[in-house]
Amino acid sequence: MTRERPTPPVLTDSGAHVERHWNALAARRRAYSLLGLALLLAATVGSLWFANETNAGKFFDRLPYFFDFFRDFVPRDGLEIFRALFDLPSPYDNGSFEYNYPEGRHYLAGGIYLPEYVFKMIETLNIALFSTVVSAVIAFFLAFVAARNMMPNPWLRNLVRRVLEVLRAFPEVVVAGFFLAILSLGPLPAIAAVTLHTVGALGKLFYEVIENADMKAEEGLRAAGANWIERVWFGIVPQVLPNLASYTLLRLEINVRASTIIGAVGGGGIGELLRLSISQNHEAKTLAIVLLLLLTIIAVDHLSAWLRERLVGGQAFRAA
Amino acid sequence: MDRSFLEGIALRHGDILKVSDRRKYRMPLMLLALAIYLAASWWFFSIGAVLSRANWTIAGSYLAQWVSYEVRPEFRIADDGTMSLSYGRHSPLGENPEPEWVSLQSEERLVEAAKPAAPSAAAKPAADTGFMIPASPTKPDGAAMPATAEPVRKNVILAADVRFDRSTDMNITPGLVTIDHGGETLSIAIRGGRADPEGPLPAWAEQKRPGEKIVLSFGLTGWAEVSADRVVARNRFFGWANFFFDTSSPFFGKSYAEVLQLILSGERLDPKQSNLSLAWNNICYNAEWQHLDVWTKLLQTIVMAFAGTLFACLVAFPLAFVAARNITGSRLLNQITKRFFDFLRSVDMLIWALFFTRAFGPGPLAGMSAIFFTDTGTLGKLYSEALENIDDRQREGVRSVGASPMEIQRYGVLPQVMPVFASQALYFWESNTRSATVIGAVGAGGIGLKLWEAIRTNSNWHNVAYMVILLLVVVFIFDTISNALRSRLINRNPH
Repeated sequence: MTRERPTPPVLTDSGAHVERHWNALAARRRAYSLLGLALLLAATVGSLWFANETNAGKFFDRLPYFFDFFRDFVPRDGLEIFRALFDLPSPYDNGSFEYNYPEGRHYLAGGIYLPEYVFKMIETLNIALFSTVVSAVIAFFLAFVAARNMMPNPWLRNLVRRVLEVLRAFPEVVVAGFFLAILSLGPLPAIAAVTLHTVGALGKLFYEVIENADMKAEEGLRAAGANWIERVWFGIVPQVLPNLASYTLLRLEINVRASTIIGAVGGGGIGELLRLSISQNHEAKTLAIVLLLLLTIIAVDHLSAWLRERLVGGQAFRAA
Repeated sequence: MDRSFLEGIALRHGDILKVSDRRKYRMPLMLLALAIYLAASWWFFSIGAVLSRANWTIAGSYLAQWVSYEVRPEFRIADDGTMSLSYGRHSPLGENPEPEWVSLQSEERLVEAAKPAAPSAAAKPAADTGFMIPASPTKPDGAAMPATAEPVRKNVILAADVRFDRSTDMNITPGLVTIDHGGETLSIAIRGGRADPEGPLPAWAEQKRPGEKIVLSFGLTGWAEVSADRVVARNRFFGWANFFFDTSSPFFGKSYAEVLQLILSGERLDPKQSNLSLAWNNICYNAEWQHLDVWTKLLQTIVMAFAGTLFACLVAFPLAFVAARNITGSRLLNQITKRFFDFLRSVDMLIWALFFTRAFGPGPLAGMSAIFFTDTGTLGKLYSEALENIDDRQREGVRSVGASPMEIQRYGVLPQVMPVFASQALYFWESNTRSATVIGAVGAGGIGLKLWEAIRTNSNWHNVAYMVILLLVVVFIFDTISNALRSRLINRNPH
């Protein structure tokens, strides 16, 4: 800072008073900021120390091996990834699980087959889509009961809100594990876990949208003697439907990821295959699944963004 | 308004009132498509078959185990018409319990010691006190039965009464078991290796084949099994057993007042340490509840979310300035940074978690890194979008007085975006506390893995309930903090 600053003007008494006051406020603000920063720093250092201390491998001990680990996942040649992805026979096949790509084929008719990973990816996608659709339908009905402007009874309204809160905060792993114990292996535990959580999350977003709806149409219907269902259906639903659909699509993106994770924990689908292939050092299979997942998630994100843009216009999600 | 007037309006504004075919059929068609999709998925996941195969009675019992525990007195009926009682190895009542709801009629008898010592040694009779000491002076520890067939003085049970609750009572004698439940009485005769009900079975009793085991279910108070050689009662109690002190602790079975008195003024139970530290130690290392381990793992989860989000913020912050089109001029740099964010975001948190678990070993470092990588992408994207949406006038104003590029960002841009940035970071901190639980279950540290292990044993549902409650409380607290901070940030600087 070599630029010359202009000399400050001479202040009157009241001006000086204001300046003193401002300086005091600024000093206090600075002190609070410093205090906050110091707290944050202490929390961070403490966290890092604690995490490192309780980890199985220490950070600085493991760091040199980190890149070895990446070297483990370089396939024998670049085409191996695509052979693994499309279930084509591998030239390195020695009978082990590492190179048995064609064994997972799902034959549809004659010689036409779906590669194993594509099939599992479709299963995971369908878990996400199915849970999103089912929970959007449930949340749609619950939201009208939870919205202040549509449900005058405070007990019922608050009951539904608390239920939604618990559903939202309940760990998905527990729901998945509980249903795994009852229903045995398969996609259903994952569906149950994702659905219950999504009902809670969407329910909240939905009733906030409904509470922000313009009530004039509803008032008109009420004046004409419409009953509750007619008021909801003709007065509120047409207004909020685009927003609800847009939130549902946003949730679909999240659920594709969630169903992959739940799958890895024990719900089937592509997540489980990924966990197995990483833990067994099957480099080509791992990379094939990662590639497939990456492409799918990007595709779903873009599709949903495009649909949302068409539904509610560009504004709604830009100004985050 | 009469009919002709309305019809007149309809005629004049026909174009408004006429609904196009597309609009008329859109809603039914969408509902039809939805129904078809749901039916197809029903078939794809074979939901009907899975639901019909599911074991719903087990579901009820698992749910009951979240908030209750069972005590299992087991009566073995010997051939000579005597009985012995055991409570199982890990009974919540500790060793040699004498609960008041089990009343015994016993006498001391000379019995032949069984040659294979295992069954009666494992089923340690509760009413025995000076068991075996006079008979085997060579083995005063009483750990093993003598292998000789020498007669032993022993307490044997002749009759027992188990009281489940006010309306449920089970009376056991070697030849006859009588059960009263809800005003009905069932007698089961036990003779010749068979268990036969006398009279028709009431609705709460079930026998698969004549002569075999009879299962009695008393609803929430418990259940019992009667077969020819044993009667097993399962008495269910509401609550969590031994939450503070397990059965091996010297404080076990004492009331809160007694424990408090021991800690404050009692004699040292262990000469090496004070009673307070002994009690604290016993609570932390409670074998059943593992409080210390649970709390450490919970703290790991919190730390994973906190540090992961914080570092993601710190890295995403400068990168977002590079990615924002209106701040960095170079289109190439914008695109590279944005695609980098997309990559981090799209490689799922799961993939990062699995990779880092392999690299760092299981533990919070892996989870922290996974959250850091994913959220750098997500926050970077959101931050750069917020930067691209700022009001340009402030920046121009600062620039027009001759500020340096850094000063333009500091005074022209930051005040506009800082509340948004902080609010986004807080929101992700809160939601990551939840995701950290899930990725923990694949090995990335924290309470997720512990939770998952407890679930998979299918018998530790009370531990699951404990951890779930802790997690709900943590999520609720963080939710409140983050909401309060965010609403303050947004209100102070309306954006």
